[in-house]
Amino acid sequence: MSETTVSRPADGLRAGDVPVERRPSGAAKRVGGVAGWVDDRTGSAKGVNYLLRKVFPDHWSFMLGEVAMYSMIICLLTGAFLTFWFVPSMGQIEYQGSYIPMQGVIMSEAYASTLNISFDIKGGLLIRQIHHWAALMFIVSVSVHMMRVFFTGAFRKPRELNWVIGTVLALLAIVEGFAGYSLPDDLLSGTGLRAMQGFILTVPVIGSYIAYALFGADFPGELIIPRLYSAHVLLIPAILIALFTAHIILVAVQKHTQFPGPGRTNDNVVGYRVMPVYAAKAGGFFFIVFGLTALISAFVQINAVWVHGPYDPSAVTAGAQPDWYMWFSDGALRLLPGWIEFTLFGFTFSPNIALGSIVLLPLVYTVLGAYPFVERWITGDTREHHLLDRPRNAPVRTALGVAAISIYTVLALACVNDIIAIKMGLAINDLTIFFRIALFVLPVIMFWVTKRICLSLQRQDRDKVLHGRETGTIVRTPEGKFYERHEDLDEHTRWELVDFESHAPVQISPTVDANGVARKGAGKDRLRAALSHFYFKDRVEPVTPAELAAAHHDGHGHEEIEAGSSEHARIESGQH
Amino acid sequence: MADNVNQPGGDTPDKDVSTDAVAYDQEAYDRDVSTAVSLDEGDHVGTGGLPARFENPGLPAHQPRMSDLSEAAAKRAERQVATLFGISILGTIAFLVAYFAVPVTRTMFFPGLGYINMSNFLLGTFLGLSLLGIGAGAVHWAKTLMPDEEEVEMRHPMRSSDEERARFGQILGDGGESSQLTRRPLLKYTLGGALGLFALPLVVQVVGSLGPFDRPYRNLRHTYWDGEKAADGTYTFQPMRLMRDPQNTPIRPEEVTIGSAYHVQPEGLLDGGVQEQHHILEEKGKSSVLLMRLNPDDFQDTEGGRKARDWGYEGIVAYSKVCTHVGCPVGLYEQHTHHLLCPCHQSTFDVTDDCKVIFGPAKRPLPQLKITVDDEGYLVADQPFDEPVGPSYWEREKA
Repeated sequence: MSETTVSRPADGLRAGDVPVERRPSGAAKRVGGVAGWVDDRTGSAKGVNYLLRKVFPDHWSFMLGEVAMYSMIICLLTGAFLTFWFVPSMGQIEYQGSYIPMQGVIMSEAYASTLNISFDIKGGLLIRQIHHWAALMFIVSVSVHMMRVFFTGAFRKPRELNWVIGTVLALLAIVEGFAGYSLPDDLLSGTGLRAMQGFILTVPVIGSYIAYALFGADFPGELIIPRLYSAHVLLIPAILIALFTAHIILVAVQKHTQFPGPGRTNDNVVGYRVMPVYAAKAGGFFFIVFGLTALISAFVQINAVWVHGPYDPSAVTAGAQPDWYMWFSDGALRLLPGWIEFTLFGFTFSPNIALGSIVLLPLVYTVLGAYPFVERWITGDTREHHLLDRPRNAPVRTALGVAAISIYTVLALACVNDIIAIKMGLAINDLTIFFRIALFVLPVIMFWVTKRICLSLQRQDRDKVLHGRETGTIVRTPEGKFYERHEDLDEHTRWELVDFESHAPVQISPTVDANGVARKGAGKDRLRAALSHFYFKDRVEPVTPAELAAAHHDGHGHEEIEAGSSEHARIESGQH
Repeated sequence: MADNVNQPGGDTPDKDVSTDAVAYDQEAYDRDVSTAVSLDEGDHVGTGGLPARFENPGLPAHQPRMSDLSEAAAKRAERQVATLFGISILGTIAFLVAYFAVPVTRTMFFPGLGYINMSNFLLGTFLGLSLLGIGAGAVHWAKTLMPDEEEVEMRHPMRSSDEERARFGQILGDGGESSQLTRRPLLKYTLGGALGLFALPLVVQVVGSLGPFDRPYRNLRHTYWDGEKAADGTYTFQPMRLMRDPQNTPIRPEEVTIGSAYHVQPEGLLDGGVQEQHHILEEKGKSSVLLMRLNPDDFQDTEGGRKARDWGYEGIVAYSKVCTHVGCPVGLYEQHTHHLLCPCHQSTFDVTDDCKVIFGPAKRPLPQLKITVDDEGYLVADQPFDEPVGPSYWEREKA
């Protein structure tokens, strides 16, 4: 192992590989019996060997998807436990369990059994809290995983399909979460369902029909809990697992993306083998995620369903919020002004409700799912990409992402406006108006700031490559001049800073052909050229060997060699 | 090849893009890159024999770990991993002990958390240790003792070879040919029709049976205050007393002092027991009313304000408690300003102006219930709500 002290060139990465002589170990002989029995009947050795020898690249951010996967498994496991005690019925009974404040209260069996799980089943509260915490962690990690994939451009060809699958998974996760926290039938969950019925009623033409189809009667009826239960434990998990399986198979088939770096190319994958390294690391990581969830559930109470009592349509509690992943939708509802509701031809249109609920949720996920195809259309790039972008090297994409996140954040914060108002002593009306303005202003600011930060970081990278790293050593020349000595980067470090490509905007082609006749599709091309200009007009080129040679030649005068492109020069001149 | 990062690799651009007038131009891109030393537009300098781009330097040399170099360090790592696994075993045992030894109802004091459920706390902590011990041990093992030299696996373009693709088309075509599908259009169309329709019975069963679909909006506009519903769908209104919720007692005007607010349900609704609870919940979703008393002079001198006062009794007014936004109970009453606030989405209604919306996402005022007093001096509803209560819906304007 310590023999390999020389680096391997990129075109001969396998040259140093020495086939290790392996004699069947004792372990191999021992598993031979069972494994042989299975292989005789399935022929699975070849496929399993391939999987076990598979190489995965290593980076902390690749762990985010793993957290999502493990949280989902924890939810499935604890959820199965909960079904043993939970009674998905809205049949009314008088509570006789051990929680004294509720004794004698008339409540649904769903709520009573949730209290039972929390107070009478040993470890029941723990399983319930693990289930809820893991569900929250699932959606957090799905979201952050999605951001990682977005900001590194991992959604590009050939992974657009997997991005779309992931988008559907993310939406289903939210629906699954909502169905789940509606089940206990306490005051909070019932209030959430009441709002959902309100959203559904705003569907044009068939809103009231859908509401009665789902609830089976006037709200709340007797059917919504059993129906949500069926969706929560059977329908949605089945789809989730099917899509998740496809998601993970595609990752294996397409091989994981990797960050650019020495030895890493678009045609290889550099990392560790599943057996033994990832088996231990990823397998161990499942236990870490599960263990942390258990610890959180031991220390931090979540969804104390016993506090507010059974659902009653005439009761409400102030300062109540849905689970975090519904905040943005609920926040949008709080920001939308009421005056946009109108009646036309005797029918009521309620965009003040519909826009924040039945429109917003599908819209967000449609935009997400469509993004790879839009970007591909703009760049016209049909190549396969297995090397990730560092976010700074795709400034406009990164800025768009941050702008989108800022919109999401404003909407989510608007959902806790009452809490913020109380904690900070502000008027809720002012706060709401502030958020309404921020919703439109903040994304523009965030876009601009992020793009500028990306471009500066890129220029800093260029500067480092051209002039080396600052050593902190100050040299005094015989004439009395002081300067800091810079040290050239080694080729491995340098490679990480120069291995990216900088797209040029596509040119606007003539709108008329040679005969002066308007060309078909000219409008579409113009739009595309405009978007391409928007994406790539400000760009920083990677340093070339010639530029580096020129920089060396020029010693410390660096003004001459900065101009990688005219655009770049324009940006630079703003600084000098 | 160092450049292979930036090459299309064996991939051929899709047809539609290559014919596109503004298609991505790989050659132009390479040309631009190879003149990257230009100092300015139009001022080209030779490359001086230097490559256009840096070359991939290949994998850096492997740095051995302590545990690779010294057996003592490896031994230490082994002991650390074993300790972590040991912690897991102890956690598991402790969990089992706690499960059987600690009653589920016992509470304990924990600094910073206050009094908490002892069973939940101990079980969770020990389960956490049991799992974390395994996880941390395995990861530490992988990091210290398992191979840490990166290995290289080659990728292949996702695309199948042209021959495979052609073969695929061939197989599909042959299949259509040999099954005579292409020669017998009758089969094609009837099969298409049958496959297109077969799911219909299933869909119709589910959707059709969900119901009730008999103009459900008619239910939305009627409340318990409308009175007894006859078989023909008409309602007969009787003045109904306003009952305190949940005490189920009638209210005299003199009991309602200025500044107070009562939760009210119609007379008779709360009489039911457990069996009628469903019915009660469904009715409460529409019939809930808030009763407030204002100084009669506080009502605004607007059309709405005058109507609000006229429909009340000596400054006592009754309004639907169901928010006209998405139906949450409007649960917050501000005495000084006479504002009603819905805690769900902060729609704010001004009671002095007939509960007009003065802030937030609701559009319509809360419907008012016209009240008076009966012979025995109790507050009663003089007539049912004259408009649907609760959230908006498509057919709301329909009678």
